[in-house]
Parts: sequence; C-alpha cells; structure tokens
Amino acid sequence: MVRKWICVTALAVAVPQAHAQDAEAQKLREELRQMQQRVDALEQRPRQTGENAFNPSISLILQGTAARSSQDPAAYRIDGFAPSGGEVAPAPRSFSLGESELIISANIDPYFRGQLTAALTPENEVEVEEAFFQTLGLGKGFTLKGGRFLSGIGYQNEIHQHAWDFQDAPLPYKAFLGGRLNDDGVQLRWLAPTDLFLEFGAELGRGRAFPSADSSRNGAGAWSLFAHAGGDLGVSTAWRTGLSYLQVKPEDRAFEDSDSLGNPVSQSFSGTSKLWIADFVLKWAPNGNATITNFKLQGEYFRRDESGSLTYDDGTALNGAYASRQSGWYLQGVYQFMPRWRAGLRYDRLDHGTVDNAIVTGGLGPSAADFGPLMTAYNPSRSTVMLDWSPSEFSRLRLQLASDKSRADVTDNQVLLQYIFSLGAHGAHTF
Amino acid sequence: MRSIIALVLAAASWPGLAALNIFACTPEWGALAQELGGDKASVYTATTALQDPHHIEARPSLIARARRADLVVCTGAELEIGWLPLVLTQSGNPNIQFGERGYFEAASAARMIEVPQRVDRAMGDVHPAGNPHLHLDPLNISRVAKALAARMSLLDAQDATYYIGRELDFQKRWHEATARWEREAKPLQGLPLVVHHRDLSYLLAWLGMREVGTLEPKPGVPPSAAHLAELLGSLQQTPAKAVVRSAYQDPRAADWLAGQARLPSIVLPFTVGGSERAKDLFGLYEDSIARLLGATK
Repeated sequence: MVRKWICVTALAVAVPQAHAQDAEAQKLREELRQMQQRVDALEQRPRQTGENAFNPSISLILQGTAARSSQDPAAYRIDGFAPSGGEVAPAPRSFSLGESELIISANIDPYFRGQLTAALTPENEVEVEEAFFQTLGLGKGFTLKGGRFLSGIGYQNEIHQHAWDFQDAPLPYKAFLGGRLNDDGVQLRWLAPTDLFLEFGAELGRGRAFPSADSSRNGAGAWSLFAHAGGDLGVSTAWRTGLSYLQVKPEDRAFEDSDSLGNPVSQSFSGTSKLWIADFVLKWAPNGNATITNFKLQGEYFRRDESGSLTYDDGTALNGAYASRQSGWYLQGVYQFMPRWRAGLRYDRLDHGTVDNAIVTGGLGPSAADFGPLMTAYNPSRSTVMLDWSPSEFSRLRLQLASDKSRADVTDNQVLLQYIFSLGAHGAHTF
Repeated sequence: MRSIIALVLAAASWPGLAALNIFACTPEWGALAQELGGDKASVYTATTALQDPHHIEARPSLIARARRADLVVCTGAELEIGWLPLVLTQSGNPNIQFGERGYFEAASAARMIEVPQRVDRAMGDVHPAGNPHLHLDPLNISRVAKALAARMSLLDAQDATYYIGRELDFQKRWHEATARWEREAKPLQGLPLVVHHRDLSYLLAWLGMREVGTLEPKPGVPPSAAHLAELLGSLQQTPAKAVVRSAYQDPRAADWLAGQARLPSIVLPFTVGGSERAKDLFGLYEDSIARLLGATK
C-alpha cells in the first residue's frame, strides 16, 4: 500500500509542472489516476472462491509396459562395474505396471514454492522421488532448493522419467548413478545476467544412495558442482551444454556376490568417488515450430575415478587398496517426422577402464575371477530404437527394441510396448 | 585495445539505456509494448509468428532473458502454461513472478469469448478462462493497451507521462484504423469459413464472419483423414467461401480440403511477423482483412 502511494506521488511529481500545455498535463494526470484504479481493481478481482481456491495443482502419470526379453531381467547386471543397487534392470517380462507418479505443486507464499513427486511402485510401495521447496524471491538470479530433488548434474538427471525419450535410462546413468541422483540436501543455483544462458549450481547432500553409501556421519556425504550454458543458433536451433562434478566419500559401500566357486562373498568399498559428466543437447525445428517436425540430439560422457580400500569377505575378511578409472557415454537422436510420430535411436557404451585391486595384485589369495563385477574387463554396450505415437500431449504409446550387451558374452534382445498418460494439471516440461 | 575495452564496457552496461526491460511472450504483445514504450523500453519477444503459441519450449535463451526483465507481458488464460511457469521459476527474478507487478497478463484486461461451461480433457485442449487468442479483436488491443501503459507507468514512474502520452496517441490511431477496417470489411459480414483451429474466433466475431467447421476435430487435436472427409461432406449442406489457417499451422490439411472443395485457401498472418505486411499491429489487421476480402471476389 505504501509502495502504491509512493508510485502515485512519483507519478504526480513526474508530470512537468510549469509546462505551457497545463491542460494537457491535467488530462494526462486524470487519465493516469483512472488507470491506476483500473489496474488495482483488476488485481483485486477474485477469480475463484470457495475452500478449494488454494488447492495445489495435481497431476498424475500412469505408465505400464508389456515386454519380452531373451535374458531374464531379474538377473540383470552390468559386467565390469560395481552394482549400483538402483532400479536399473530392464522392464520385467510380460505385462507390468510402471511407476505411477503423483505430482503436487504450488506456490507456498510469495517467497517459496513446494513440490512433491511420489512414485507408487508396482510393488505397492510409495517412494518419495522428490519433495522440495524452492525460493521465488531471492533475487539477483539466485534460487535455493532444499529437500529431496533430482540433482542438477548432467542433462537427463533432472528430467522426470515419464518425459524421457526412451523407456529406460542410458547405461552410464545406470552404472554410475544407479539410474539417477536424487539426494536429500540443498541446492543453490545462480543464473548470470547475460543474454547467453549461463547457470552455475552447487549441491550439498546426505549421500543417501549410490555412488555414496548412507552413513550416520554428521555433515554432507556428497557435494556437486555444475555449470550449464545455452542459447539459440538462429530461430530454428536451441542448445544447452554442461559440465558437472560429483564427489562422494562412501563408507562400506557393499554388495553381495559369489566367488569363482559359487560361494557367497561380500565386498565393500570405502574411499573417494569422483564423477565428471559432460553433456549437451541440441533441438532443431523448422522456424522453431516443433509441432510438425523436430529433431533432438543429446549425448553425455561420464568419467569416474575411485580410490580407497576394498574389503573382501568370504568368511575371512581381507583388505587392500583399490583404485579405478572408468567411463561411459551415450548418444541419442529423436526425430518427429510428422505430427504425433517420433522415431529414436540410441547407442550407449561403458568402458571398463583400469582397475587396480591390491587384493588380486598383492596376491592375498582371491584371483580376478573371484571379483566378478569389479574385475571383469568387459565393455558393456547397447543399441536401442524406438517409435512413439502421441495422440495428444497427454498420451504416448511407445514401441522400443534393444540389443543389450550389458552382460559379458550374452546379448539380451528386448522388445517392449509402453504407455504413458498424464492426467490433471498441465505440467511444464524442462528443455 | 581501447576499442576493445570500450566494447566490453558497452556490453557490461546492460540493460542499456532503456528504462524498462520487457519480455513479451508473443509477437503481438511485443509489438504493443514497443508502441507504448518507444525508446524507453527494450522489448524482447520470446516467440515468432511461425511458432505455434501452444507449444513453445522453455529454451535456455528464454530463461536468460527473463532473468533481466522488469516486466513480462503475456497472454494468460493458460496459453503459455506449458513453458512460462518454468521460465519464471528458473529465472531467479522475483519481480516477474505471478502476482507481482512485473507480471502482466493481457487476458486480465481483455474481454474473453468461448469460455467453456465445463472443462474436460476429452474435449481437447480447452482453456478454462476462455479462448486465449484475444488479440484479434481490436477492442481487446485497445483495452490491453490501456492496462499495459498503466502498468508500465507504475514500474517506471519517471517516464509515466511518456508512456501515457504514447498510449493516448496509439489509441487515437487505433480507433481511427478500427473504424476504417470496419468499413472496408463490410463485405465480409456473414462470410462462411472453415478454420484450422479456433485461433481466429475473435476476428470472426468482430467482423461478423461465420465458422462452419474446423480442420481440427477437437481443439489441439491434429486434423485426421476421417474428420476431413466428414467435413468435406458437411460442406455440401453448409457451403463455405474459403479455408483459413494461420501462418504457423501445418498447410497440408487446409490445402487438401481447399483443393477437394474447390475453395480458396487463405493464410492469415495471425500475429505480427506472420506475413510481409504484418510488421506491426496495424499491418497485421490490414493484411488479414485484405487477404479475407480476396475470398469474396
């Protein structure tokens, strides 16, 4: 209210006093006063009344698949890489419900916005994928997020699964992040005041999941930094590229395996894990009008360095130094060749790289064959094609074929049909 | 070396000399903001006339531009719902959020038509607040100009008289032009038309033209062969004089129907920049009327 009066006073003062056309100025002033009233009236007009006027916007995603695969998805593993413990297996055979996502969001007050993304899993559990607050009024280009949220590292990580161009995550995401990173913590972003899109972000997290291992220590178990740049190339093409770094210090990051004789073994890693991601995405549409035809090219490169110690426990625990340098990448293109129809191609590949395991090299007993996932010098790869049809922007049906060489010496041929439906509020999609 | 330093300094002195940095969602509001803001406003228009206003992506460049905007001028009525909320939240700019003075919706000042009694997605892409393509009614342009000039004056009080003065001048020219267009467009009264999407409803209502069919079976649903065949059949009973579409729409359906029914196929600019002549709001209306009059001959 005070601000309003200052404005009005300022307006009155701004009108030149000693002007020849005094009548004209008077007229302007009167006109302005009326407009002020008009704007105030428009701003104050209630749009909706009743108890539900402030209900948050709710949207629901329904998904499901029907799949066939030549290898059992339940026995899925990525050879040459430590198991991430995430939901990385291909779609189960036969009919299967996917995760139903419930997204509830609203502005909390003039300063904050809140969002919850809950996944109702086919196993009849509720998983909190995201539950965060975000500032609206920090200003100077800063935004603070807190709670559980999809990390800003990489490109695809921040995109909700129902908006992916393929049914499942690329192999590097599966191997290095267990599908995706959504830690509990805080995120600060800053957008530079330039015409070129330049964004910097930092996150501090608990480190509750792979590549970290949840521990009960005080302080942050994970931190990351990322920078994004983006812009337009003419009117038809838009691009974004980024570089991200994630560092975690897992303690006793364990997985169960079996040795070369089939006896159960437990292996656990403690140390430092550093992950670099370089990403880009390019979107093209004639005149920037994506409704008829458009093309999207996206790729990311991951590199992880881990160093620390490894414990090998088959009854007697052995401990030795462990260091690895592994990488992976994927490239995918999706082309909408006519309204409603899109076709896509994706190739992903992981590079086993170098692994230095002192338990083996130091001759403490177990051989490389006893460390299945860690010491198999194998480079997994996969090729995927998809065709999808979207009757409207709220529904999508997809056919996806993949030849998956995640497991050494076997090729898993997968065919699946997927549906994705979105109900309720019209959610905006990230670039 | 000195020139490089000068260049860097010039580049760093954004947002330039303009008092108001305006981010316009669509070309018509960009053009209007420029009319009112003159050289006191620097206007960035997020989309072009060749882009479907319903399907815009929250491109990085838009977020970067919104970061520095003093005023966002959009249509509202859920037209920009697929991208604008994201641009606003990611911009880190508190002044342009919904409900702030730096956020302006044309729909808040305009008179809306085709407000649905009930909404259900089974009806297609319907807008609960009414048809959002409100800029093709000259009275709405006039109403929005009034509210927008007042808003610009509130944000930049120093230049208030400048904005109001320009607004009064614009209103005068706009009223004269509207009267002229209404005279010129007399022959269009009662003209039956097939339209692609209901994005021309305000124009049709203003000039008294009749819509006898839409190429889209439902709002936002692309034309299907079955629907077009049905539409062709219905034109036997209720003949049309032309098939009309906007510059951003897929030409194939309109051209097919026009060819089958032996009707002229007319492309309207829809918004500023949609044709050679539609350089500003006046050009947009002049060109649209001229193209429609072509069908009556």
